[in-house]
Amino acid sequence: MKMIVMVMMMMMMSEGSMIDQTCKQTPDFNLCVSLLNSDPRGSSADISGLALILIDKIKVLATKTLNEINGLYKKRPELKQALDQCSRRYKTILNADVPEAIEAISKGVPKFGEDGVIDAGVEASVCEEGFQGKSPLTSLTKSMQNISSVTRAVVRMLL
Amino acid sequence: MASTEALLPVTSRQDPLSESRSDQIPETRRKRPIKVHLAVCSGLLLIALYVTLIVTHDGSTAQNGAKDETSTESRARLAGVSEKSNDRVWRLSGDGKTEAFPWNNTMLSWQRTAFHFQPEKNWMNDPNGPLFYKGWYHFFYQYNPNAAVWGDIVWGHAVSKDLIHWLYLPLAMVPDKWYDANGVWTGSATFLDDGSIVMLYTGSTDKFVQVQNLAYPEDPSDPLLLKWTKFSGNPVLVPPPGIGAKDFRDPTTAWKTSSGKWRITIGSKVNRTGISLLYDTTDFKTYEKHETLLHQVPNTGMWECVDFYPVSKTKVNGLDTSVKGPDVKHIVKASMDDTRIDHYAIGTYYDSNGTWVPDNPSIDVGISTGLRYDYGKFYASKTFYDQNKKRRILWGWIGESDSEAADVQKGWSSVQGIPRTVVLDTKTGKNLVQWPVEEIESLRLSNKKFHMKVGPGTVVPIDVGSAAQLDIEAEFKIKKEDLEIIFGEDSVEADEEFSCQNGGGSTVRGALGPFGFSVLADQSLSEHTPVYFYVTKGKDSKLKTFFCTDTSRSTMANDVVKPVYGSFVPVLKGEKLTMRILVDHSIVEGFAQGGRTCITSRVYPTKAIYGATKLFLFNNAIDATITASFKVWQMNSAFIHPYSADDL
Repeated sequence: MKMIVMVMMMMMMSEGSMIDQTCKQTPDFNLCVSLLNSDPRGSSADISGLALILIDKIKVLATKTLNEINGLYKKRPELKQALDQCSRRYKTILNADVPEAIEAISKGVPKFGEDGVIDAGVEASVCEEGFQGKSPLTSLTKSMQNISSVTRAVVRMLL
Repeated sequence: MASTEALLPVTSRQDPLSESRSDQIPETRRKRPIKVHLAVCSGLLLIALYVTLIVTHDGSTAQNGAKDETSTESRARLAGVSEKSNDRVWRLSGDGKTEAFPWNNTMLSWQRTAFHFQPEKNWMNDPNGPLFYKGWYHFFYQYNPNAAVWGDIVWGHAVSKDLIHWLYLPLAMVPDKWYDANGVWTGSATFLDDGSIVMLYTGSTDKFVQVQNLAYPEDPSDPLLLKWTKFSGNPVLVPPPGIGAKDFRDPTTAWKTSSGKWRITIGSKVNRTGISLLYDTTDFKTYEKHETLLHQVPNTGMWECVDFYPVSKTKVNGLDTSVKGPDVKHIVKASMDDTRIDHYAIGTYYDSNGTWVPDNPSIDVGISTGLRYDYGKFYASKTFYDQNKKRRILWGWIGESDSEAADVQKGWSSVQGIPRTVVLDTKTGKNLVQWPVEEIESLRLSNKKFHMKVGPGTVVPIDVGSAAQLDIEAEFKIKKEDLEIIFGEDSVEADEEFSCQNGGGSTVRGALGPFGFSVLADQSLSEHTPVYFYVTKGKDSKLKTFFCTDTSRSTMANDVVKPVYGSFVPVLKGEKLTMRILVDHSIVEGFAQGGRTCITSRVYPTKAIYGATKLFLFNNAIDATITASFKVWQMNSAFIHPYSADDL
């Protein structure tokens, strides 16, 4: 029994270290580790797999932000113009950046994945700037920027 | 919508290209070194602010624009560290004070080029299998039929009689076999001895493995080569032992060895060493892999789109890919996956053992300080031998530098550069020379000739009417007395640190530069793209000339990458400074000294569009008076359209 526990602990430690090693090379170690550990595939993934998990997080966050944007039209009608711009930008993340990145990483041409991931950060920033300092989306934007830069660092390891 | 800012009047004699909104102080270089360093630092910070605003949207482009060191660092896998510093600067500038730029359809539709090859819509990348056959130039290309971003890749196809007036044809190859189900990727054509064509291309299999496949025209008597047959025995090559399943792509045109076999090379990597694998074949169906590589260079990462070809040491015509001999050097070129830069090196090929040795190993293929076809946005390039006019012609993929949202909104992404002839520079022997194919001159409409002396700190509007489709050929002379100033004065230090990227752009004034043209400018120069020479005092007190394009003020938009591009250009004794610029809406191609240094840029003005696009000549030097002699042609559209029976 003790042997099994020890072996399991050793397995966990050595699998954690792939995530550890990868995340050390990103701009936000803690964010990286928490994102990857929160996905069951994380413990057994190679670098491509880790990148795909992170791209999935981008997708989830973009969806969440789009929902938030949709809700804001009623609550903050004076922000319509900026919200329209943000809606367009986040739809780009969902419909263009994410599928491009998934296809590119899966097929082994990571540079197009890097393009998609970088662009996700760009689109989030442009959306944010549309509010000229009075954004209701700032914490979501910052999340996207952070996840984008962490993901990009992981994708670069494939190049 | 766009914020209006106070601008210096155009006629100001003080630093005409600077603007009050920016933090730039016109710095002079003819001062003590400390001030020079300050200038460099403030210039650097500014470039960093502009460029990293979008966290290097296009990785390598911005890296090159910001600092050359960044690309070296990336290769040394310090990417995490350099990205971090970019992020910090980016957040500073994302303080909500700059207004986001909502692109409207008027602005976006202006961006489409008039005489560069691009499909009717959607995404394009690498040029594939270019060739000349039965009176037609053929061009194939990586294409996404479904979106304005990369994906679902097929082979697009177009033909032309003159490399300029293209006609769209149906798709040549789609992913309809297991061995290319996940992508019909880049490949090259070879002409066999009997004049028939074989095409080798990379397929991404249903299991995501990269393999090489053989295809050939279904009907060789069809000059349009509409249909292609895939060899029933595909794939003909799979990744060999020791090579990753996703590190094996972009087979080259084959060349004949002295033993009569065909030989190809395919780029790959082993850890961080970029390599070029070598295979021999007699029938393009079965291959022998060489134990040794054609070449390899450590720390350069994956080599994509390798190209290998001979150039004459003495003649100006191109050479068939199989040519060898004492009158010939061989070029090895590769596209660096890591940095998105195409590098080449000149060397000697040893056919007996299939090896190639660079003339100058310190600037070997992929070394950051090595030679590039183009110092701007230019990737996945490929040459072919044009047996029709005995030329070697270079195609290059020019991607976008804007956001993907803009690409999706405008419905397309990427263009091809104007095809260029490539020859060895017989005068220097150390670099290639490229020039737009002469057929482009058929697009020249009316022209205006100018000859003028331009004093230091002057901007001259050049009235040519519409200024979005131009061909400019110019010659510059610096007044002899002004040259002597820079030579004579001991306080003028040799400017060994200058590069286009860290020189601060076109507003940083030196004794002998910058001077050149501002293209895609609006009347008040709130948006403009300077293409210029910058002459410095180099080592041994010799003059050193740089050719640059500064896109940092090309647009008010902030979701666009805006680097300063460029490089040193060799200027030999007795030569005048010459430049040629092709302007075609959102693309600018500059050629210095007859094509010794070339720069392609993507530019997305928001105001300098339609009737508001202007052209200026400027001399931002402190001491030098420049004499400029130049001709500006209006360029016609190439009217690229789908092929119809009327086109025969």
